[in-house]
Amino acid sequence: MAKTKPLTVNGNRVSIDSDDPEMPLLYVLRDNLGLHGPRFGCGLGQCGACTVHIDGKAVRSCITPLSAVDSSAKVVTLEGLGSPEKPHPVQKAFIDEQAAQCGYCINGMIMQSAAFLATNKKPSDEEIKAALAENLCRCGTHARILRAVKRASSQI
Amino acid sequence: MNIQISRRNVLLGSGALIVSFSLAGSMADAQVQGGTKPLTLTEVDSFLAIDGNGKVTVYSGKVDLGTGISTALRQIVAEELDVPIEHIELIQGDTLITPNQGTTWASVSVQVGGMQLRQASAAARQMLLSEAERRLGTGQLTVTEGVISGGGKKVSYGELVGGKNFAIKLDPKQPVKEKAPKDYKVVGRATPRVDIPAKMTGHFTYMQDFKVPGMLHGRVVRPAAIGAKLESVDDSALKNIPGIVKVVREGDFLGVVASNEWDAIRGAAAIRATWSKSETLPDQAKLWDHVRATKVAKEEVTSNIGNTSEAMGKDGAKVVKATYDFAIHTHGSIGPSCAIAEFKDGALTSWSASQATHNLRRQLALMFSLPVDKVRCIYVEGSGCYGRNGHEDAAADAALLAKAVGKPVRVQWSRADEHGWDPKGPPTLMDMRASLDAGGNVTAWEGDFYMPQQTPGGFLVPLVAATLSGMPAGNDIAPGNVFQNSAIQYKFANIKTVCKRLETTPLRPSWIRTPGRLQNSYANECFMDELAAAANMDPLEFRRKYLDDKRGLELLDRLVALAKWEKRPSPQKGVNGNVVKGRGASYVKYELVRTYIGAVAEVEVERSTGVIHVPKFYVVHDCGQIINPDGLKNQIEGNVMQTVSRTLIEELKFDRSRVTSLDWASYPILKFPQMPEIVIELVDRPTEKPWGAGEPTSAVVSSAISNAVFDATGVRLRSVPYTPAKVKAAIQAS
Repeated sequence: MAKTKPLTVNGNRVSIDSDDPEMPLLYVLRDNLGLHGPRFGCGLGQCGACTVHIDGKAVRSCITPLSAVDSSAKVVTLEGLGSPEKPHPVQKAFIDEQAAQCGYCINGMIMQSAAFLATNKKPSDEEIKAALAENLCRCGTHARILRAVKRASSQI
Repeated sequence: MNIQISRRNVLLGSGALIVSFSLAGSMADAQVQGGTKPLTLTEVDSFLAIDGNGKVTVYSGKVDLGTGISTALRQIVAEELDVPIEHIELIQGDTLITPNQGTTWASVSVQVGGMQLRQASAAARQMLLSEAERRLGTGQLTVTEGVISGGGKKVSYGELVGGKNFAIKLDPKQPVKEKAPKDYKVVGRATPRVDIPAKMTGHFTYMQDFKVPGMLHGRVVRPAAIGAKLESVDDSALKNIPGIVKVVREGDFLGVVASNEWDAIRGAAAIRATWSKSETLPDQAKLWDHVRATKVAKEEVTSNIGNTSEAMGKDGAKVVKATYDFAIHTHGSIGPSCAIAEFKDGALTSWSASQATHNLRRQLALMFSLPVDKVRCIYVEGSGCYGRNGHEDAAADAALLAKAVGKPVRVQWSRADEHGWDPKGPPTLMDMRASLDAGGNVTAWEGDFYMPQQTPGGFLVPLVAATLSGMPAGNDIAPGNVFQNSAIQYKFANIKTVCKRLETTPLRPSWIRTPGRLQNSYANECFMDELAAAANMDPLEFRRKYLDDKRGLELLDRLVALAKWEKRPSPQKGVNGNVVKGRGASYVKYELVRTYIGAVAEVEVERSTGVIHVPKFYVVHDCGQIINPDGLKNQIEGNVMQTVSRTLIEELKFDRSRVTSLDWASYPILKFPQMPEIVIELVDRPTEKPWGAGEPTSAVVSSAISNAVFDATGVRLRSVPYTPAKVKAAIQAS
């Protein structure tokens, strides 16, 4: 039977109907709420394309069951981070550096970087690379992503 | 000038074909409804429309696969028409309304597709000017942002042509005069990509996000083995999943359709199917024996100069031989393939990120026994594909399921679907032979390249769903012009290169970025380095000795300066320690007729572990006229990073039944900590033709790294990927 669970997503209080508490958060966000930021990449927590923030921490939404998300937790997706009109400093840095090719992985790159920069405001190149080590990009946009995170770190 | 104004009354506003587009529909819809939208490559209206507000709609058969060409193509049109880039809408890859400009591949979207758009735009502009001259009564005209001024008066493109057809014929044999490159304001400038802001903020709609009303969700249950027969299905567990709509079985195709995505995923996982045993694949440990033993369907001689069999080793010349191999790779799109299909009124509409919607249309029409004009394939940008990945197969899955349930169905492939079932870059084996005289001069060069055949009839990779279901399907092998760059760019007196086109290859083959050109250039450029070492010459000097191409020589000069190349033979002497450094070069003229790329790789090799790191990679790139220098650099960087990954660590694994590399743990790709620093020099030649850049740089990467490892260690790596185990074994054996 479908159960209703309240969540806070991008500052909005929403209620989610689901009959399976094991449904990953990714499908709640994409299918129930129609968000495009978090992306399906592997469903295994290996690539990072699905990354969202839960209470400020970067989390792989594809392996996070709905049951594991506290109703009081603050879930933020790429859309909640900023908008085309008012981008978050990390989003703005990615735009300024033109740090995308197909852009499919970029949700994870930005969400991971934003959470990382919140804890390490002036990271070295090596620290940025380590922070993004489990975020995969197949187009090979790494050099630009690294520059974008550096740029963002100088502006946060 | 060659403009045939066949229906001039259209432009002059006789009203004969005035199309209303005042409703929500785009110009395209209006033209389609009016039956006036041509699709041939010889009509301006096939490519361009301008509405009453001056908004330009570009119809492109070439599609943006994440390479940025939707911006580059807009730049070309904006430049030629003198309109702001923001006024341009680009419609891509819709078989109903975009011309068939061929598959988006082989780095020809700007080189071919862009030049067709440039011609159409130039012809349109010329006509708009001549019409403005008539209206304004002066030939002294200037154009700014789509408004023509002269004699103190103004008229806009929208006023001149708004909503009506141009009705201008294009004749490729008599091209229209284009704008002089010296007057360019948009082409040649770093232009921010139009898609990036939306992609950075979650506002972009990828194929994976696309929805149609009433859409259901499908998943396919994959066979336990390639070629396995479906023996039985137990779907009793699905009764506990409320959203299940239908289990669809058609031959050996098994799928499930549900009202929501998660139930489709759960449903597919809950089905218990039994499959017959099938072992069609060779023992991977003996892959190269298998390739060598495969029947040769055809021998293609790609170059034959002089007489190599007579010259090889003659007069005591030293014969050098080497065999190279290049592993099976998967495309590895970060977003697995996705498609939606809908059957309505006897017609099929398919939305996918296919790089070849016109080809897909033919395949779906065959599969469902429909006339081609009853199938419409619409491109929606997806995750980068780097060639023919699983998009078309997802489209066939979706169509089969949609037909079975009578509603639109979306199929999102899983990670295991993509790794396990997308077609692969085939294994390639290369035997090289050459002889050197006492002075270190090459007296003969021979190469045999073992690669799958390409069956006639186009580049149609069989659709998985058609094969499994037993529905009508072609039986093509279509690896994608993989013979290219087997012939060489160097001038030797005796050269013979032969492609041994094999009847079969272990897994369904297609093309992955730089298909064939990468593998063939890898062997050629490594072997060239082996000969340089045998002649005790600097590797770049050795190449220069056999080049007479001025642009190529200039490129190598620039490369020497950029990489601060120290002239000396490889391997370097007096190297000690566990971590040793080296540098290697490579040079390719793409397909021997276009883009020039020179590269220097710097490597560090840890001798005790065999781990290779590429800290720095230099590229000099000449693709003629540059459209978007920043977009070009982005592509070059991507080529380098992706191919360093392919070269160092990538190898698809399989057992006798199926692919076993089904995720990123079993098929890893290079990560941030291993990324090279990439240093690029672009050679811009505004007055030359623009050539492609989406893949040429990949052609130099594997060889440059192998040559650098030789420089560091004295060990030749002739088998991609250069895994630590292989490297360590080679070092220990040396």
